[in-house]
Amino acid sequence: MQAFTRLNGLVVPLDRANVDTDAIIPKQFLKSIKRTGYGPFLFDEWRYEDVGQPEMDCSNRPIRKDFVLNQPRYQGAEIMLARENFGCGSSREHAPWAILDYGISCIIAPSFADIFYNNCFKNGILPVVLKDEEVDLLFSETQSQEGYKLDVDLEAQTVTTPSGQVFTFEVDDFRKHCLLNGLDDIGLTLQQADKIKAYEERRKQEAPWLFA
Amino acid sequence: MAKTLFEKVWQQHVVSENDDGSVLLYIDRQLVHEVTSPQAFEGLRIAGRKPWRVNASVATPDHNVPTTGLEHGITDPVAKTQVQALDSNCDEFGITEFKMGDKRQGIVHVVGPEQGLVLPGMTVVCGDSHTSTHGALAAIAMGIGTSEVEHVLATQTLIQKKPKVMRINVEGELPVGITGKDVALYIIGEIGTAGGTGYAIEFAGSAIRALSMEGRMSLCNMTIEAGARCGMVAVDDKTIDYVKGRPYAPTGEMWDKAEAAWRDLHSDADAVFDKEVHLNAADIEPQVTWGTSPEMVVPISASTPSLDDAKDEVQREGWSRAFAYMGLKENTPMQSIAIDKVFIGSCTNARIEDLREAAAMVKGRKVADHVKLTMVVPGSGLVKAQAESEGLDKIFTDAGFEWRAPGCSMCLAMNADRLEAGERCASTSNRNFEGRQGAGGRTHLVSPAMAAAAAIKGHFVDIRDWN
Repeated sequence: MQAFTRLNGLVVPLDRANVDTDAIIPKQFLKSIKRTGYGPFLFDEWRYEDVGQPEMDCSNRPIRKDFVLNQPRYQGAEIMLARENFGCGSSREHAPWAILDYGISCIIAPSFADIFYNNCFKNGILPVVLKDEEVDLLFSETQSQEGYKLDVDLEAQTVTTPSGQVFTFEVDDFRKHCLLNGLDDIGLTLQQADKIKAYEERRKQEAPWLFA
Repeated sequence: MAKTLFEKVWQQHVVSENDDGSVLLYIDRQLVHEVTSPQAFEGLRIAGRKPWRVNASVATPDHNVPTTGLEHGITDPVAKTQVQALDSNCDEFGITEFKMGDKRQGIVHVVGPEQGLVLPGMTVVCGDSHTSTHGALAAIAMGIGTSEVEHVLATQTLIQKKPKVMRINVEGELPVGITGKDVALYIIGEIGTAGGTGYAIEFAGSAIRALSMEGRMSLCNMTIEAGARCGMVAVDDKTIDYVKGRPYAPTGEMWDKAEAAWRDLHSDADAVFDKEVHLNAADIEPQVTWGTSPEMVVPISASTPSLDDAKDEVQREGWSRAFAYMGLKENTPMQSIAIDKVFIGSCTNARIEDLREAAAMVKGRKVADHVKLTMVVPGSGLVKAQAESEGLDKIFTDAGFEWRAPGCSMCLAMNADRLEAGERCASTSNRNFEGRQGAGGRTHLVSPAMAAAAAIKGHFVDIRDWN
């Protein structure tokens, strides 16, 4: 997994609540057995006028010019600003894979759906929860200032605006540690293999039907 | 100290605790399907790892499988590759799989309980958000992403932070015709699609106890639509009776020991919850969604809302977009909305009881002329066989429904079953998101009886008036 430490990046605002993972990456792209290549199909139905198919060349597809990812001023965005309950619905990890493959590695919102939030940390994406009024302010600044960038520092747990306003956010210690160092948590868990085996031995006595 | 049901099951599965309050949680059962597992198996191969406990996982293909023309196999080459990848991964790693053609194959959340693969008090995971279904058996069951599928395969554990626990009490008697699906939609309408975020939910109260196991599964299934990863119902006689005699359930002395342990799987009388919600069963009418989020739901006697009723600007924007997408206006009576297609199926509503309730509505009647497609997709090969032995297939086909083979089908339209742009569907599935059942398709979520009645009349109707 790629590490996330600090990012000074262009912000794209997606001003909709309850954005679901079906919208982030529609079902037809879930047939792939790879982890990569989803970026061109991120928000496929909102981004293009035609219906996308896996592995198609997207360079000549008709785009919906009013959709924010298609606006010239937001090309190259690395941070997405979103509304409440972002990433709700399906558990598909293809959603964070598509977001990362597109080039976004930080999402700021007032709240995230649980499974999506968790999936982000497994893929080098930092989901940042800020207060409603802070997110409102960032939306208004992003929309009014072309080329608007934010500085996101995971170590310090801060988001800093171009004018120097600083917002802090919470993140679990373990998730932070893994993300800062790009750690594979399976390897870390396997360091506790003896504890898992001891647990199993004990449970086989208590609840043998679970091991039949 | 008094404990909640959730805490009892959680504590039995803690392997170790980390400094930041997260725990290593042991997972008893992992259900596997073709869409969210190939990258996990590939991860194991790249790292040279083997499954920690191979008989803890069981697989079946469901999302991509065709529901018609099975003699031709899967004609979509990309979908075929994915199902073949599941077959070869299960063969390579030694995981039990109910493959296509096996009568036990079906939707993973129908197959798990049906086979007794899910037992009370288990921790159950699957790379699918509707894993919450299995909480109906007093299991902690939750959907996970593919990285966690790989983590469970490799370690039989997950690193988890304990969620808060909410109890939703539904007291009183459910009116005639009100199902677990209506209760689920009503709750989502009350607490919102993010109402359960950060919580595990226990559904309690006399109305929940009165639900059948199938009804409880429909309810727990849609817990994720309320934002919670996990929903549970305490063990009672119905739970025990449901599990007994299932192929993978314990037998003999082992059964007695298990049953004794399962009888304790309820919240203690004075257990404290982080949040409690109280609802009256008598208030619940048949529910219909009008918009593009499950919380955009109203009773069948009502109309679509007025934009002026939105609580804030963000919701008003969302409603406005939903009206445009759904091709509907404010204040439209739900019963005036005509439909093009009907889908009866999905992990929410494709169990035998669901099919019986739908069949009871259509028996001796015909699908309305203008309705283009009505399909019934049983949840598993065994549900299909059971329904056929009761003659339900004949009732449906006589009325003009198509009787299909098991799979996820038009719930998410990964196979050929889908809506075309602009088509309106009465669906027993769980998500009415934009494009969910096909790009541009318009989904209204309802119970099986409501979907069946809509097929006959060609528009939504109040099944309480049905005779």
